[in-house]
Amino acid sequence: MRSYFCGVAFVLVALLVGSGVAHTDGSGDPTPVKQDDGKYYDKDGNPTYNVKSDGTVDWYTYSGFTRYHSECHVCHGPDGLGSSYAPALTDSLTTISYTDFLAVVASGRKNVSTANENVMPAFGTNKNVMCVIDDIYVYLRARANDAVPRARPQKHDEKPKPAAEAQDACFGTQ
Amino acid sequence: MRYFSLSFVTCVGTLATLAVGPVYADDDLVKMSQNAADWVMPSLTYDNQRYSTLNQINTGNVGKLQAAWTFSTGVLRGHEGAPLVIGDVMYVHAPFPNTVFALDLNNEGKILWKYEPKQDPNVIPVMCCDTVNRGLAYSDGKLFLHQADDTLVAIDAKTGKLVWSAKNGDPTKGQTGTSAPLVVKDMVLVGTSGGEFGVQCSLTAYDKNTGKQVWRGYSEGPDDQILVDPEKTTALGKPIGKDSSIKTWQGDQWKTGGGCTWGWVAYDPQLNLIYYGSGNPSTWNPKQRPGDNKWSMTIWARNPATGMAKWVYQMTPHDEWDYDGVNEMILTDQQIDGRPRKLLTHFDRNGLGYTLDRETGELLVAQKFDPKVNWTTGVDMNKSSPNYGRPSVVSQYSTDQNGEDHNTKDICPAALGSKDEQPAAYSPETQLFYVPTNHVCMDYEPFRVSYTAGQPYVGATLSMYPPSGDSNMGNFIAWDGKTGKIVWSDPELFSVWSGALATAGGVVFYGTLEGFLKAVDAKTGKELYKFKTPSGIIGNVMTYEHKGKQYVAVLSGVGGWAGIGLAAGLTEPHEGLGAVGGYAALSNYTALGGQLTVFALP
Repeated sequence: MRSYFCGVAFVLVALLVGSGVAHTDGSGDPTPVKQDDGKYYDKDGNPTYNVKSDGTVDWYTYSGFTRYHSECHVCHGPDGLGSSYAPALTDSLTTISYTDFLAVVASGRKNVSTANENVMPAFGTNKNVMCVIDDIYVYLRARANDAVPRARPQKHDEKPKPAAEAQDACFGTQ
Repeated sequence: MRYFSLSFVTCVGTLATLAVGPVYADDDLVKMSQNAADWVMPSLTYDNQRYSTLNQINTGNVGKLQAAWTFSTGVLRGHEGAPLVIGDVMYVHAPFPNTVFALDLNNEGKILWKYEPKQDPNVIPVMCCDTVNRGLAYSDGKLFLHQADDTLVAIDAKTGKLVWSAKNGDPTKGQTGTSAPLVVKDMVLVGTSGGEFGVQCSLTAYDKNTGKQVWRGYSEGPDDQILVDPEKTTALGKPIGKDSSIKTWQGDQWKTGGGCTWGWVAYDPQLNLIYYGSGNPSTWNPKQRPGDNKWSMTIWARNPATGMAKWVYQMTPHDEWDYDGVNEMILTDQQIDGRPRKLLTHFDRNGLGYTLDRETGELLVAQKFDPKVNWTTGVDMNKSSPNYGRPSVVSQYSTDQNGEDHNTKDICPAALGSKDEQPAAYSPETQLFYVPTNHVCMDYEPFRVSYTAGQPYVGATLSMYPPSGDSNMGNFIAWDGKTGKIVWSDPELFSVWSGALATAGGVVFYGTLEGFLKAVDAKTGKELYKFKTPSGIIGNVMTYEHKGKQYVAVLSGVGGWAGIGLAAGLTEPHEGLGAVGGYAALSNYTALGGQLTVFALP
C-alpha cells in the first residue's frame, strides 16, 4: 500500500491491483515512513516522494522535475521517458537502487559494443546535478512508480528552509 | 613558412581582383559545383541554395519514383547531412564513430574503402543532443571530416588514408564537432559545438594542404580574438567601435559565453565574404549574464583570407530562449523595389525570416515565418530609432523580466526554434524559399547554475508542446524572402527536421521524422510522391546524375534534438492531468537505424 494514495484514489488503486499489494522499485518499497522538514524517506532510509490526494507533490519531487528537465532531459527525454539517444529512466529506476543511481550519476557508465554506443557522463564534479541529486532521484522514483504523471506537477509544497540552506551551502552561492 | 606563402598568394589574389575581376584560388571547386551531376559540397553550391539544375525528375513523373538501391551505415544514431558525389564515387558519412564510406557507383555501390577514426567514447555524452555529423567537404583529391572529438581530418579521397589531422578543440571542455566543413580558397573552415557547456566558440580556418591553423575568429571576446576592426567592421551600417563584445558581458563571462558555430557556412566568391551564424550565449539563464552578450546570436560576414569581419548583425540580443543563430545563410540575387540586390536570407531559430543586403549588412526584411511566434512583436525597422534592428520583446514571454525560478508559459517558438539546423532550399525559378519548420511552443524556467569545465551549463527547465489549438508539430513552407510572406504551408505531424532540395524539375524534396521522403510541387506545395524509408529522416535530401540518369538520395536515421524531444511524444502541461500524452509520440512511428536510400525513375 502506498500512503500517498488515500480516499478515493486508494480505493481505485486497491480495486485495480488487488488490495494492499506493496509496490517496489529498485530501492524497495517507496512508501514514505519518515519526514524531515519536508523531505521524505522510505523504511530503508532512501529518499522518496510524497504525493497528496489532491496531487500536491513534496518540494523535492517538484525541484527534481525542474532539475531533471534542465540537466537530464537533453539525453533521457521529457518526463524520464527515454529518447532515441538514452534509456527511459522510468524503466531503469524500477530495477536500479538509490545507491546504484548515485554511483552511475557520479561516475558515469559506458555501454559501448558493436551495437551500442551509450555513454553516460560522470557528473560527480557538477554542482548543478550533485547538489540536487536527491531531488532528481525522488522525481524519477515517483515517475517510475507512476505516482506523478507526465509534465510539470500542478501543485507542490513550499520550499522548506533547510532545502534552501543546503542548496546555498552546496552551490556556494548567496 | 606556410603563413608567408599563403599571405603572398592572398596578396596576388587581391591584386588580380583589382585588375581583372574575381579570381578564385579554388577555381576547381567553383567549377565543380556548377556540374549538376556531382554534389561536391555540403549544400551543393557556395550560396547554400540547395538548388539542382537537374530536371529529369519533374512534376510530371516524380510520382513514379522508386527506391533504386540502399546502404546501411551500421550506425544507429541520428544521421544528419548528406553524402557527396564526385564522378563515379559517392562518399557517405555517419554519426559517431564518424565512419566514412566511398561507394563505387559503377559497381552497385561496392565499398571502395572505409575510414573509421579511433575516438574516445567519452566524447559521446558531451555532445548535447546526439552524436550527429553534418557531412564532408571535398577539395583537390581530399575529403575533410570534422570528427566528434573536434578533430579536423583530411582523408585521401582515392584511398581513404589519413593525410593530416588538426585538433580544433578539447572535448573534455565540452568542445565537440558536428558541423560540415567548407573549403574556401586554400582553407577549410570549421566551427565548434558546445553552447551547453560554456565554450567560447569560434570559426577556424585551416590550410587545406597542411592542416595548419590560418585564423580563428571567436564569437565573443576582445577585438583581436573576434577579428573585428572597430572602425571598419559595421553593424547595420555603423562602425561597431572598440570592445564591442566584452562591454556587453559582465566581467569575464564572455570566456564561457557560448556563441557556438555548428551551422552551415556560405561563401560569395565575388564579394569575397563568408557568412555564418553564432549560437546561444551560455547559460540559458538570462539573469545570470546581463548585457546584450555580443556577438552571440549574430550573422557574421568575414573575409575568408584573414577572418576579419566586414559586418555583423545580432538578431537576438541577450537571448532568453536558446534561439541559436546558427541556421544557414542563403545567398540569392533578386530584385527588391525594381533594384537588383545581392541578398542573404536566413530563417532564424527565433522564428523570424531575415533578408539582408549581403554586401553591407543592411536589414531589409524581418518577418515571422510561423504565425504563432509570440515572443516579439517584430523588429524595429526605423533607421533613426535607437532600437533600430532590435526585436521588441513581449514582457509576458520574457524569461528575463519574469526572472529566475519563474516558469514563463506558452512561449512560441520553443528552444528548438521555428527552424533548426535543417537547411532550407531556394529555387531561382519560383524565387521562393522552401523551409522545413518546427511548430512547437514551450514553458521556460531559468535558474542559477554554476560553471564546471566540461560539464553541462544549462540553467533552465523547459517543456515543449504544439501551439494551442494545433496538433501538428511542423510545417513545410514556401517563403517569399523579398516581402517576408508565407506563400504556402503544408502541415506535418512532426517537426520537419530534414534539409530541403529544390530542383529545375519543379519538384521540391524533403524528409519527415516518421521517415517519409516527400516530393511536392514547388509552385503549390501539392504532394506528388512519398515513400517511407526505414527510419526517421533528419538528413538532407540531395540529387546527382550518374551515367545520364538522375538520382535522389537521403540518409535516414532518427535522432538529434528531434529524436530526444519528440520520441516520447509531447504533452500539454496546462490542460490538467487528463490531457497528457495527447500528442503523437515519434517512438510509435519509427526506430533507430542509419541508412541511405537512393531513388530513381524506373
